[in-house]
Amino acid sequence: MKKAKILLNGLIKENPVLVLVLGTCPTLAMSVNVINAVAMGLAATAVLICSNSVISLLRKVIPDTVRIPCYIVVIAGFVTLVQMLMEAYLPELYDMLGVYLALIVVNCIILGRAEMFANKHNVLESALDGLGMGLGFTLALICMATIREVFGNGTFANIAIPFLQDHKVSVLTAPPGGFLVFGCLIALVAFITRGKAPQRESFDCEGCPSASFCRRDTAATEFGHAECAAAQAEQSTVKEGKEDE
Amino acid sequence: MSESLKLLLKIIMTSVLVNNYVLNKFLGICPFLGVSKKFDQASGMGIAVIFVMLLATAVTWPIQHFLLDRFELGYLQTIVFILVIAALVQFVEIALKKYIPALHKSLGVYLPLITTNCAVLGVTINNITDGYNFLQSMVSSLGVGLGFLLAMVLFAGVRGRMEEADPPKAFRGVPITLVAASIVSLAFYGFGGIISGIFGE
Repeated sequence: MKKAKILLNGLIKENPVLVLVLGTCPTLAMSVNVINAVAMGLAATAVLICSNSVISLLRKVIPDTVRIPCYIVVIAGFVTLVQMLMEAYLPELYDMLGVYLALIVVNCIILGRAEMFANKHNVLESALDGLGMGLGFTLALICMATIREVFGNGTFANIAIPFLQDHKVSVLTAPPGGFLVFGCLIALVAFITRGKAPQRESFDCEGCPSASFCRRDTAATEFGHAECAAAQAEQSTVKEGKEDE
Repeated sequence: MSESLKLLLKIIMTSVLVNNYVLNKFLGICPFLGVSKKFDQASGMGIAVIFVMLLATAVTWPIQHFLLDRFELGYLQTIVFILVIAALVQFVEIALKKYIPALHKSLGVYLPLITTNCAVLGVTINNITDGYNFLQSMVSSLGVGLGFLLAMVLFAGVRGRMEEADPPKAFRGVPITLVAASIVSLAFYGFGGIISGIFGE
């Protein structure tokens, strides 16, 4: 029961794209075409499952201070694997995804799940969380790509739709359309869930996976995390005090 | 001579206006939406990004050409580049803190945020894929960085005005910011034909 909950969590309630607003870059760039969206989503899902499992296995071995670089190495390794497999077996898709395939490395969702989930849970739960989050990402991508491709290009997965073919809103496939559709979708989800889901009010450091990494010193005060900085300062003075004794 | 200068000019114009990384290629969206609330933060972030992009390109281009290509290790590109960039940013931050504290105070706070910025990794990989030589790569990185700065500064202005607006409840926060980004992106969309117009291709 609990396992099913972990799986479903990523799909709807904590959808990484539409609710947590992570991984915006690939979502916007890869949602012009449904086929690209599915390929991108599945590639990220594969990386997410593997990296979550491995990081979960290593969670007691990796020292806390250097955990982010360690996560990046693990994630980059799996991204390279996916790249090589795609280049060998799906060369057309490899060309279409282009640089965005390599950029899965810096996708906030993957680093975020490592930081928020995998380093606290066991392997099975982490893999399930990876699967759920990955499918949630894919689902959101497909939603966006469907809207943009059907109305912007008059096709669905490259199959022409008779009426819409003659009435294209081509701005939807262009970059401005991406921002617009994404904004409206997030608003729609916020409207439907109406406060039931953990909404992100703005793009502050919370919810960003590198927050704990970059908050260490001055960044905290600069970006309005005054309390966090104060707490840190307090801690350090306590430490110094102890050393004095 | 003038031919190569023309090419450099074309690269820089293209990357600032037409292929703007934020508004056209969707790279570096997180800092674009996250740090664009205030004008001074937006410009600080933009300058830090230019700095890191130039530095990252100056390091990764030789690595790709003298190390990875030479020993046929091209498949390690992703791993090597992200690690080099992450280590570099950390190193620069430490060095700035120790030797130029004034610069660290104004620029250093943005550096850790850039480590996992997809625009920085993206520009270094794109420079290799596009087959630029070292000078062209540096110019392209400068252009991309300037484009990022321009987008940040423009968007900070837009958001300043948006604070006073009163959107529907569901649109508050992230969605309205994205809609505003869409309109700014639409403005940049208009630059589409400028390169072929100037350079006649």
